[in-house]
Amino acid sequence: MISKLKEAVICLKAGKVTLPYPFAAEPVPARYRGRPIFNVERCIGCGGCANNCPAREILLSDVCQEIRIMRYLGQRCTYCGRCADVCPEHAITMSGEFETATNDKRDLQQELEVFMGTCQRCGRCFTAPGPLEQLMMKGYRQDDLPAGRWVYKSRSFLQSEGLPDIEIELD
Amino acid sequence: MLSKLCQRAFKKSIWVYHANSGGCNGCDIEVLNVLTPYYDVERFGIKLVGSPRHADVMLCQGPALRSTAKALERAYQAMPAPKLVFAIGSCACGGGIWYDSYSVIGPVDKVIPVDFYVPGCPPRPEAIVYGVAVALGLVDKKVAPVKLKQLEFPIARYHPEDLECKDDMVVYTKLDRI
Repeated sequence: MISKLKEAVICLKAGKVTLPYPFAAEPVPARYRGRPIFNVERCIGCGGCANNCPAREILLSDVCQEIRIMRYLGQRCTYCGRCADVCPEHAITMSGEFETATNDKRDLQQELEVFMGTCQRCGRCFTAPGPLEQLMMKGYRQDDLPAGRWVYKSRSFLQSEGLPDIEIELD
Repeated sequence: MLSKLCQRAFKKSIWVYHANSGGCNGCDIEVLNVLTPYYDVERFGIKLVGSPRHADVMLCQGPALRSTAKALERAYQAMPAPKLVFAIGSCACGGGIWYDSYSVIGPVDKVIPVDFYVPGCPPRPEAIVYGVAVALGLVDKKVAPVKLKQLEFPIARYHPEDLECKDDMVVYTKLDRI
């Protein structure tokens, strides 16, 4: 009996500890890493994030000479922040967003279409050798976008099988 | 009538079964954190049970492994009919970092149908509570697929959907706008 009373006293001393979370917003800690947010204006399409992602979440596909599609799948991202760390243009920020529960996995995707300038001599242009060369980016890459698969293979030429050729008849 | 009653009563008292099919225990700790007085989900009638036969909701953690996929499937089949499956953590949602290793089959939804995904490694307890709130219909989901473009590239070859056939000539419909 006395032990129960003691327990009740301890509980009363502690007071109410339950957080009012679903009814009131919960602030995240300052250094919390949530969902990465991609800034398309700053992205230069170097592919460093794709090469450094441990979960191989960021897929690249060069649909033509000037346009590169980058797709962040978001489903197995561990929010490690390596993509934001390696990005030379600081185009990726780790936001404090954690309310990402969804009933469809595709809601987590982010897709960027990056415009790539071309060099008149080599057809492909990158900035002067430096940190980007260490990211092993050479040539064109063809990840398997429909299957969501990361293919580590790059070619020095653009594979045109994906693009059906349009025949324009002129008289 | 009984099934309607079941549907209405389902939201009021969710009994969860906690299934780990090969995770690292990080998500387990967060799920148990949700059940403590700090996040007190018993307010919403959520209770942890030890058997899938008593459960309405299965909380899956960890990827489906070669060794545990069959057990996971059997646990799913043992649950009574109105049932939900939550994939908690990036392993259960997408297979985790080792999604392509020899022992990992992949995400949990390759083995059993998954209704809700809570990504994160591990997700915060708040994120799990939010996922439950989404499932109960208390709040709407906040994420949506994002598609961003730097610029519209005005060459017909790259926009085959904008080409039109006009009396034996192929015309690029956006041409006058450029």
